[in-house]
Amino acid sequence: MLKIDNINTFYGHIHALKGISLEVKQGEIISLIGANGAGKSTTLLSISGLEKPRSGSITFNGEDLTRMTPDSIVSLGISQAPEGRRIFPSLTVLENLELGAFLRNDKKQIKKDIEFMYSLFPILGDRRHQLGGTLSGGEQQMLTISRALMMEPKLLLLDEPSLGLAPLIVKQIFEIIQKVNKEHNITVFLVEQNANQALKISDRGYVLQNGVITLSDTGENLLKNDDVRKAYLGV
Amino acid sequence: MDVGYFFKLLLSGLTRGSIYALIALGYTMVYGIIKLINFAHGELYMIGAFTGLIVASVLNYAGVDPVLTLVIATIFAIIFSSAFGVTIEKIAYKPLRNTQRLSALISAIGVSMFLQNFVLLFQTSDFLSFPNLIPEFKFLAPVENYLSSPQILIYICTAIFLIGFTVLVKFTKIGKAMRATAQDSKMSLLLGININKVISVTFLTGSAAAAIGGVLISSQVGQINFYIGFIVGIKAFVAAVLGGIGSIGGAVLGAFVLGLVESFGTGYISSDYEDLFAFLFLILILTFKPSGLLGKSLKQKV
Ligand SMILES: Nc1ncnc2c1ncn2[C@@H]1O[C@H](COP(=O)(O)OP(=O)(O)OP(=O)(O)O)[C@@H](O)[C@H]1O
Ligand SMILES: [Mg+2]
Repeated sequence: MLKIDNINTFYGHIHALKGISLEVKQGEIISLIGANGAGKSTTLLSISGLEKPRSGSITFNGEDLTRMTPDSIVSLGISQAPEGRRIFPSLTVLENLELGAFLRNDKKQIKKDIEFMYSLFPILGDRRHQLGGTLSGGEQQMLTISRALMMEPKLLLLDEPSLGLAPLIVKQIFEIIQKVNKEHNITVFLVEQNANQALKISDRGYVLQNGVITLSDTGENLLKNDDVRKAYLGV
Repeated sequence: MDVGYFFKLLLSGLTRGSIYALIALGYTMVYGIIKLINFAHGELYMIGAFTGLIVASVLNYAGVDPVLTLVIATIFAIIFSSAFGVTIEKIAYKPLRNTQRLSALISAIGVSMFLQNFVLLFQTSDFLSFPNLIPEFKFLAPVENYLSSPQILIYICTAIFLIGFTVLVKFTKIGKAMRATAQDSKMSLLLGININKVISVTFLTGSAAAAIGGVLISSQVGQINFYIGFIVGIKAFVAAVLGGIGSIGGAVLGAFVLGLVESFGTGYISSDYEDLFAFLFLILILTFKPSGLLGKSLKQKV
């Protein structure tokens, strides 16, 4: 489905991604784990077209993304919930969700989907007419994820969805990720520091270190891997 | 106190305020979305007035009914100003979007000078008389000392535009996309919003508002030249800053406050200082509320 082949992405002189390659297949949950500054967010931004790789290719079902604008990449069905709860603070919860469906035109189904999001996160339903900026951090994170789902994506890119959340909510969010993956047939590419939880729900995972992919295996095997356990699981 | 005189000043302040509001909208919207002070915006108002004049002269000559002439002239003014506005953005601002903000600002000043001289060359530096296209409303006869037909028309047009604009921004898809882009343009891209389109629509609406203002006020005042956009542009900009630049409600509020201050200032103090009141008042307000009347403080803006 998604194929990244030997991409190099730079910020000025900073060589953030040094020839990384990876693949996400239809229906999978894939994790990308790595320390701060490893290049995880840069990988997602490169996929979405906000940072253009200087070389290498990224293809989605055979189409080359590196030549496309961010909005046309979204229109292929690639939705990203980026790092840091980027909700629109002066728009209401409802308006934030509606914007998630910006490229859709099926008004009735959009309404139903918004109700579905409220059923996933009831607190968002209670707060629907409240401004995004007045939500708590955890609620904002729920909104970011729901808004990304409103696009009916084929591929969902999630950048550290569990960052700074209470354990109970983290558990809930990971359950929802599994649920939409299974029941709604959404392929998930997950960037996480919370390697333990992420790998548990993942089919496969990649380890990114200083802009290079150093390991890739099934989620199960990575959880057992000594290097991974030392570096990312604190064992 | 002369109550009649007071009302006269009040109504004339509201007229000025309406025109400033129509122009200030463009400054504040563009600033909200691309963080640029579009110095050429006053020139779009001037181009609207000139387009209106040219179309009106032709239609007048052809003996078309004045009201119809006014409508057609306004439509042409809107089309021309919008075309200029959208094109200016594409040529002079878009290529500089990812550079320092100062570059685009200098580009804007350049565009402003270019447009003034463009009209100067192709028209004239003299004042041209603008036909009076606004009919006398008979129902105003009892109060004609205080309120003229052009004033009423300016109020009505401004109100209609502001209502339509509010509906656009609040309830339509493109309006929501505009607000989203103003708040976080990168996130908007990630939702599939075509930012270039949003920016074009912003310039288009702002220019249309300025064009309407240009035709209406010119028809009231009766004469125009290539320089009229400059001072009105600065005043409208002051209004936008006064209200809190980037805030739409703020721009409208700032415009009416400024119009009233100017009107009462010239009426009760001295008309020699007409242009001074605006700036004095701006300094006064910004001293106490640096972010403007309805502006968000910088802390919240992050
Ligand atoms: N806008 C930028 N300008 C310059 N350098 C950047 C920029 N964004 C990221 N970098 C650098 O690129 C490298 C990779 O950053 P990236 O954000 O992808 O890391 P990350 O793996 O997502 O880290 P974290 O877990 O802390 O979010 C880092 O060294 C970072 O300092
Ligand atoms: Mg990151």
